[in-house]
Amino acid sequence: MNYQTPLARARGLGSAREGSHHWWRQRVTAVALFPLTLWFALAVSLLPAAAGHAEVVRWMAKPWNSILLLSFVLLSIYHAMLGLQVVIEDYVHHDSLKLGGMLGVRLVSAFLALASTFALLFIVFVLGHTHG
Amino acid sequence: MNERPLSPHLQVYRLPLTALVSITHRATGVFLSLGLILLVLFLMAVAQGPEAFDAAQGLLRSILGRLFLWGWIYALLFHLVHGFRHLIWDTGHTFERDSLNRLAIYEIVASVLLTASVFLFSLFV
Repeated sequence: MNYQTPLARARGLGSAREGSHHWWRQRVTAVALFPLTLWFALAVSLLPAAAGHAEVVRWMAKPWNSILLLSFVLLSIYHAMLGLQVVIEDYVHHDSLKLGGMLGVRLVSAFLALASTFALLFIVFVLGHTHG
Repeated sequence: MNERPLSPHLQVYRLPLTALVSITHRATGVFLSLGLILLVLFLMAVAQGPEAFDAAQGLLRSILGRLFLWGWIYALLFHLVHGFRHLIWDTGHTFERDSLNRLAIYEIVASVLLTASVFLFSLFV
């Protein structure tokens, strides 16, 4: 049974059937980010302020550090993408600006995720061996 | 009758503490997202090698860099603490006026204490 008026159906403005999905993904990433953020804050504060390039590479190339750091960065990017989407939905009311903003947030997020994955793999598997 | 203020009328209302904490959560979220771009750039700088790394470190050690870094760390810990409360709210608890105000104060204290302990750790290492 479809309760939409024909006009609403034609405009395509009915339920998109994905509202709770967005909300749920935001919660799941939040729960995962809670311990990761505490770890990140502790780990960064324990790194010597004067650490040079070689020392930082050695730190990042340790297995637990690399996997936790990459989890923190990737989940943060995803969580930020979901959050910025809500901010745009709430404050940007001009259709083309809204679409452009949403598209921009998604594309920049995807690019950042790729860049951080590539950078960390490069640090671990290439630099990590020469500095090992 | 048409001139009656609409609620929430931001120029007239004094925002209650709960509203201030709420909008700060959103503002820190946007600020953290911007910092996340810099974090990825920092990872790229480490991957690029010592020269790019030293340049990034130089920027981070400038006064503006330090201000941004500590602002980001505070924003991160505030967002963490208030985000935790959102998860409690999701269970349907602590919506009473008393606990709303009391927990808002706890959150501000907790975020300051967490930032201070990160700062102290970084001093003694």
